[in-house]
Parts: sequence; structure tokens; C-alpha cells
Amino acid sequence: MTFALLIEQLLNGVQLGVMLFLMAAGLTLIFGVMGLINLAHGSLYMVGAFACASVAALTGSFWLGLVASLAAAAAAGALIEITVIRRLYQRDHLDQVLATFALILIFSEGTRWLFGSFPLYLDIPPLLQGAVGLPGGAQYPVYRLAIILAGALVAFGLYALISKTRLGMRIRAGESDREMIAALGVDIRTLYTLVFALGAALAGLAGAMVGALQSVQVGMGEPVLILAFVVIVIGGIGSIKGALVGALLVGSVDTLGRFLLPQALALMVPPDQAGLIGGALASMLIYILMAIILAVKPRGLFPAQA
Amino acid sequence: MKRENAINLVLLLALLATPFIAQAMGETFTVTLVTRIAILALAAVGLNIALGLGGLVSFGHAAFFGTGGYAAGILASHAMSGEPMLFGFEGSNQMPVVWLAAAIAAGIVSLAIGAISLRTSGVYFIMITLAFAQMVYYFAISWPAYGGEDGLSIVLRNAFPGVNTMRPMEFFLVCFGVLLAALIFSALLRSSRFGAALQAVRQNEVRVASIGISPMPIRLTAFVLSAMITAVAGALYADLNRFVSPSMLSWHMSGELIVLIILGGTGRLMGPVAGAALFVVLEFWLGGITERWQFFLGLILLVTVLFARGGVIGLLAGKERHG
Amino acid sequence: MKTFLKAATLTLTLGASSLAMAEPVKIGLITTLSGGGAGLGVDTRDGFMLAIKQSGNKDITVITEDDAQKPELAVQIADKMIQSDKVDILTGIVWSNLLMAVVPGAVAQGKIYVSTNAAPAALAGEKCDPLYFNAAYQNDNLHEAMGEYANKVYKKMFIMAPNYPAGKDSLTGFKRYYKGELANEVYTKVGQTDYAAEIAQIRASGADAAFVFLPGGMGIAFMKQYAQSGVKIPVIGPGFSFSQDVLPAIGDAALGAKASGQWAKDLDNAANKKFVPAFQAEYGRLPSIYAVQAYDAAQLILAAASKASVKDVKAFTTELSKADIQSPRGKFKFNTNRHPIQDIYLTEVVKDNGTLTNKIVEKIFTDHGDAYAKDCKK
Repeated sequence: MTFALLIEQLLNGVQLGVMLFLMAAGLTLIFGVMGLINLAHGSLYMVGAFACASVAALTGSFWLGLVASLAAAAAAGALIEITVIRRLYQRDHLDQVLATFALILIFSEGTRWLFGSFPLYLDIPPLLQGAVGLPGGAQYPVYRLAIILAGALVAFGLYALISKTRLGMRIRAGESDREMIAALGVDIRTLYTLVFALGAALAGLAGAMVGALQSVQVGMGEPVLILAFVVIVIGGIGSIKGALVGALLVGSVDTLGRFLLPQALALMVPPDQAGLIGGALASMLIYILMAIILAVKPRGLFPAQA
Repeated sequence: MKRENAINLVLLLALLATPFIAQAMGETFTVTLVTRIAILALAAVGLNIALGLGGLVSFGHAAFFGTGGYAAGILASHAMSGEPMLFGFEGSNQMPVVWLAAAIAAGIVSLAIGAISLRTSGVYFIMITLAFAQMVYYFAISWPAYGGEDGLSIVLRNAFPGVNTMRPMEFFLVCFGVLLAALIFSALLRSSRFGAALQAVRQNEVRVASIGISPMPIRLTAFVLSAMITAVAGALYADLNRFVSPSMLSWHMSGELIVLIILGGTGRLMGPVAGAALFVVLEFWLGGITERWQFFLGLILLVTVLFARGGVIGLLAGKERHG
Repeated sequence: MKTFLKAATLTLTLGASSLAMAEPVKIGLITTLSGGGAGLGVDTRDGFMLAIKQSGNKDITVITEDDAQKPELAVQIADKMIQSDKVDILTGIVWSNLLMAVVPGAVAQGKIYVSTNAAPAALAGEKCDPLYFNAAYQNDNLHEAMGEYANKVYKKMFIMAPNYPAGKDSLTGFKRYYKGELANEVYTKVGQTDYAAEIAQIRASGADAAFVFLPGGMGIAFMKQYAQSGVKIPVIGPGFSFSQDVLPAIGDAALGAKASGQWAKDLDNAANKKFVPAFQAEYGRLPSIYAVQAYDAAQLILAAASKASVKDVKAFTTELSKADIQSPRGKFKFNTNRHPIQDIYLTEVVKDNGTLTNKIVEKIFTDHGDAYAKDCKK
């Protein structure tokens, strides 16, 4: 194992983490402000990817697709907020879980209805094709670096939005005291729709960016959704900072675990066995990480104020 | 007799009578379908102890359902091959032994998961149970000994003394018997001191703690009991399909179990039975009409949650009076 | 009088043969029409129905149902088809795990099963069954072919597959023929979509080539990421990794990739020249290997149904095992374990009039069977 390989794997971990952050930030924001648990967040990720792929196929431009993914996911988010989600804020978590579970079924089957069963094609824009050299001699894909950069920008933008703007002030107020902010005359319904659409747009953006790396297909949001849950549970539900730290932690542990565990085991057992057992352990690793963190801190690393 | 009790009785009798009528009309498959209803209802009766009675929204009960299924599959495969298992246990194809093993295995797993998860509450609890179930799911997929993702076939259903379980009707009666026993147990539990304590913990944890009862052991006991019943359902489900696979452990399964309870009516004794019946009939009927049945199932679920919160039993029996 | 007798015998024999022809056959087609794997199921159904339609045989009824890629649902549908619809033959399942759930129960109830794709080792050897036929291949075949090819061309291989039984069978099949050095053997998580960590390992391994078995969405994700990584080590794989259903989604990143297959659209034989345009005319897209396999399964059933009554299971399976069909794959016959003996080719992904597709390069195996047939005694 060389130093260059280790650096490359660390970057991979960060890139996965950034992706998870885009998903987790929306989830945790929606929970923090509205107290809602949204299983359909993965569907918005899928909506973003499908919008990007179809617009890119029509116009030939990935960038237009990216804009479309933001718009489509935000619109889909606002639409379900107004028609369905709004009725759930006063309900218990059980009803929320169930209603958003139903939304997953509707979104998945509806998307297949519109786009068919075959995966869509979405390519990386020419500007970001190929790989660049890293110090130490390794090569790294430009596109993955771009994802890391985009994630960092979004994280910074969210920070600025929440701590510096009027909307952010209301979001913070909504997090600490829901009744009070309504009493102060803020249009709480519009605020909630805005926050939900913002979270949806972030998920859509993540879906579009990842869609170019993977395959754009129905059901693509579900594995990511569960990882994002793990992230916000580790970070502390409702905390954006927690989501960022949790996402980077999960990204790195997952990537390094997949790569190091089989190698470590290979010192003890035959290589094909090491691959099998190491692979099995690596796929459970982040859940073990989560269990350990929760055993020590039941409300996550950065518990939001109750 | 209270209206809800009357409805409960009618529901049970209908469940029992349908297979006999279907059998007489030569519709053997309906018997299989009703057996499926009984088994899913049993799993949901188990979940309902944690969810309805204890207010513990477990989104990971598929882990226990699957554990039960694998207990049945693994014991049967060892009984077939004659090889001893880990720690020298023998395989078995006797249902009572299989059920006991399923319950014990799920008891151990749920004790571990519960001990960590119950330290948290609310949304944390929902997500943690989900994540632990995912962990078990990935373990089952990657562990090569018992088929991994391909799952494990049981060629012949496990045996019950005096019954030919390969005959749909007789297997149904076994399942119905277990469901009835679980319903009676669940009813007794509700009215017991333990049940009262559990509901008190759900309604006001602080007050219970202040009179010197620690909520944790009560919740953990309820969680483990709930897991054990769900595991027995898992074992029967494996026998019904003569097959177990990690898909029994998937998070969709956890979601479906919750769906059954809500469809039937949360917190109602017979909610799981009504919910399971409605769900299986919907799945079968919609599936026959359109390939897009999941879309319409989603719509129906959504409408139920938004506008018919009491579920089937709520619609039939009116509002529940909270004690 | 003599003439009359002659005529009578003639009508009698004619009557007998047309009796066999007229015996209605009810086929239950269980396949994946919803969920992420629906693409393969749709091709399976369409290939199967094309053959039925072409035959014009009015005595065949096909009932199609969606298993949503869930084993327990597949079992339930199979039970329903057997108990309620009273089908004679089951077919259509795409995935090994679903097949393993359905087949033991179906053959135990005396129903014939003709597989259009899945072919787990468990049903090819000791536990084979006289009522279970496979019209596709045995799961290991395409991996074995790539092992044989790699043996000739490369000295040091990096091999990778998902961590599930078909993945393990894949690498076992590859190693059965590949005798060179192994740089590394990696198992990935089922359904994994990011392969950055594995690509980094391939880069660092110093292998001559990488053998990768990642079906469906996993393969799409891997190939796109690999193309961006700047790694120049060639990737080879079994045909599933580059079949027609995934090629459009991978895009140009797949160009030049070598794979193994028992069929490609440019395969030069009369049946194939009829099949490809017919499929395109009917459905407006190119057929995938899954469509071909299902097409052949239907042809096999049709051929047997024209000679024997499906109610006489023994006679029917005897006719089935003769495999009297014109396959788009060319030569096709059944081995002693009722799995195919066929040629396997090396294919390469090319662009043909702007569409990505596979082209035959050379033949790797002639009349290739499988490693399990010798253990099948039934």
C-alpha cells in the first residue's frame, strides 16, 4: 500500500461524505424546523437525477440538466409539501413514516410510468472529463474533485444562509420555538414550504451529480436515504454541523473500511476468504460505528437543543 | 357486547371460514392467500405490542421476522443433511422446536438491539431500529454459509405432530391456531399489570419514573416479547413459502409490517388482522389489474393515513375511547 | 374397402398427431416487470411472446405475472398459477435467488420448469431434476469463457464481483480456467453504486487486466466511474456486464470492452437473421441476450408441444430434451443435466450506426457444457 493510494482513498471518502451531506442537510433541516421525518427524501434525489438526465438528453447540456434538477426537485418538494406533508406536522412520527413511505411507492412507480424500466444515460460534462495528477503520482477524476468543491460551496452557502440572512433567522427561530415565531406574525406556512423546497433542491442536486457517475434508475434513492439517516443520527438530528461531521465520518469509514478490512484480514486467513469476510464486515461497518457512537452519546455527536 | 368486540369476533370467524368455503369451491389458492394473511397478521400482532401498546415505533422488525425465518430454514436444512450446527446443536423439522428456536434467536438479537436503541426515543429510535435491521440484512446477504442473497430452500414444510403441513388447509389451521394464541396473549397482556405499566410509560414517562418505576426494563421487555412473536411469524412464513431469503429482512418488510397495523387501526387488538387481510387482498387484486399496482397501493395508503386514521377497525367500530 | 381402411388409418394417424397439436398448453410466465430489474423481465417477456406469436399456435395460453424481484412474491405467484390457473409449465424468472425459491416447489408438484436465464449451480449438479430445463446457460459458463480468454492474453489479473452467491460462482468459474497470477480478488457490496475505492485498488494492483462481474445498475456505475478515473488497465467481463439493456446507460465508456456471450446480434446464422429484425419490428428496440434466451425457451416448448401431450409429462420432457429448434445462437442442444451445450464467443462493444452494441470477435469455446453435469444422475 502506497501513500498515493491512501491519499486517493481518503479523497474518495471525502467525496462520498460530501454527497451524503447534501442529502443529510435537507433531512436534518426539515426535521429541525418542522419536526418531520421524511422517508421520501430519497425520491427527491431520484427526481433530480431523472430531470437532469432527460434535460441533458434533450438539450445536450449537462449544465442545463443541473439547473433542471434543482428546479424539478424543488417543485416536486413544494408540491408534496402543500398537498401532503403540511397535514403531517401535527401528527406523530408514526403517521409521518407511513405517509412518506406511501410517497416512495407513488414516486417510484410513477417515475417508471413516465420513463420506463430501463436506466437513463447521463454523462459527465466535457469540461470535467478525465483525471488530474495528484502529488505523490496518483491520478484523480476531475469530476469527483468538482463534487467535493460543490459540496463545500453548498455547506458554506447553507452556513451563510442560516446565520446571515433574514430567512435563516426565521429558520433558527422556527427551530427553537415554533409557536413563538408564528405569534410574531411570520407566515409560517410559506416558510415551511420554502424550507422543504430547499431541502428537496439539495437532494435533487445530489441526485443529478451522482447520476452522472452512476446509473439513473428507479430506486436509486433508497440506499442513499438510509445512509443519510445513519449520518444524521450520528451527527445529531436537526444539526447542520452534525450532518457535515457525520457525513464525512461515514464517508471515510465506509471507504477506508472496504479497502483496509480485507487487507488486514488477509494477514490472518487465505486471500479469497479474506475478501469474502472482509466484504461482509465492511458492509456492516458504518452501522457498528453508529451503534458505538449512540451507546456513548444517545443524541448524536452534536445534539440540537431540544 | 361492545361493538368493537363484535366486529373482532366476526373478523376472526370470517378468517377461519373463508378457507373452508374456498376449499369447497375448489379455489385451493385462496387457502394459501388466507394463510398468508394469518401469518402477516401474527407478525403485526407482535409488532403491535411494541408499537401500539408501548408507543415504540420500531422500523426494524423485519430483522426479527427474518431471524425467525432463518431459524426455520437453518434448522430444516440441518435436519435434512443430518450435519450438526454450530455448538453441536442438531437440526430439527418439528415446528414446536423451530418456533422455540426462532423466538430464542430473535430474543437474543432484540435484547442487543433494544439495549442500545431504547436509550434513545422518538425519531432517533425509528432510525436506529431501521439502521440495525439494515446491518442484519447486509450480514445475511454476505454470509455465505446459508445461501447469502440466493436464500435457502426448505423442500418440505416443517412438521407438526398429527398434521400434514404440506396440505394447504392443515397448514392454515396450524397458523390460525398460533395467531389465535398470540391474540389471546396480547389481550391478556393489555389488561395485566405489566400492560398497564407499559401504557403508563408510553403516556407519561416522567410521571412513571417519579414514582420509582424505571421505564427502561419495561420497554425492553415489551420490545423483546414483540420481537419473539414476530419471529414465530417469520418461521411460519418461511414454511409457507418453503423458502427464506434476505428480502424477509429488508426495510420494505419493516415498512409493510407498520402499514398492516395502521391500515387495521393503531392500538386496536384486531387491527393487525384487519390490516393484513386488507393488504393481502389489495396486493393480490391490484396486482391482477395493473403492473402499476404499487402506485395505487401508495395512494390508498396515503389516503388512509391522511383521512382515515383509525384504519379499518376505526371505520367500523368508531372512535376508540382512551382510558 | 382397402382404400377406406387406408383412409381411416390416415385420418387416425392424422387425428392422433393433430390431437397432440391441439392439446392446449398453459404456460405461466413469472418475471420481473416492476422495480429496478424490470428491464430484464420486459425483454424476457417480449422475447418469449414473439416466438409464441410467430408460431401462430392458438392452443398455447401464456399467463404473465410480475414478481417485482421478490422471492416470496414469486413463490406466491407460482403457487397461484399451479393451484388456481392449473398451468402445465412455468418459466420466465430472471434471478437465481427467485428461481431457487420457486423451482424445488414447482417440480415437486409435478410441473415442468424451463428457465430463461437464471442457472444456479445448485440445480445443475447433484440436485438436478428431470422436470427442470435451462434454455440459457449454466451460471458459470460466461465466466469460464473469460477465464479461458484471459489465460491466453494476460499474465496477472485483478478480479472482482459482488458479495453474493452468483458473485462467488462467477469468480470460481473464472478461476476454473484462468491459471495465471491473481493480483487481487475483491468482493463488493450488493447494490453498491460507488466504486472509487475499488478503482483505486485496480490502479495500484499492477494487473494486466481486470475481470469484473457487476450486473445491472452496479455495472453501469462502475464503467462510468472507471472511464473517468484515468486508469488504463483494460476491463473484461461476462456478457451481462455489457448486454443491450445496460449499454445505452453506460454510454461510450463501454466502447472496446471485451466480454463473453453465447449470442450477439451479428451472429451469422439464418435464425438470427430472422429474429433480430422481427424483434425490432415488433418492439422498436434491439433485443438483448435475455430476449434471445426467452425466445428459445418458447421455441423449445412449442417444439415439444407439437410432438407430445403436455399431460404426459414423461413424453413431453423427452421431446423437450431433444431441443429440436433453430436458435438465433446457432447450434443448441441439451446436456445430460438439461442445461445447454453451445458455443461461447468473445464479443467487443462497438458503435453501429450510432447505437452501442456487441460484435463477435472470435469463438472461445466450442460445444461447451458445464462442470456440474457429471454429478447429475437424474
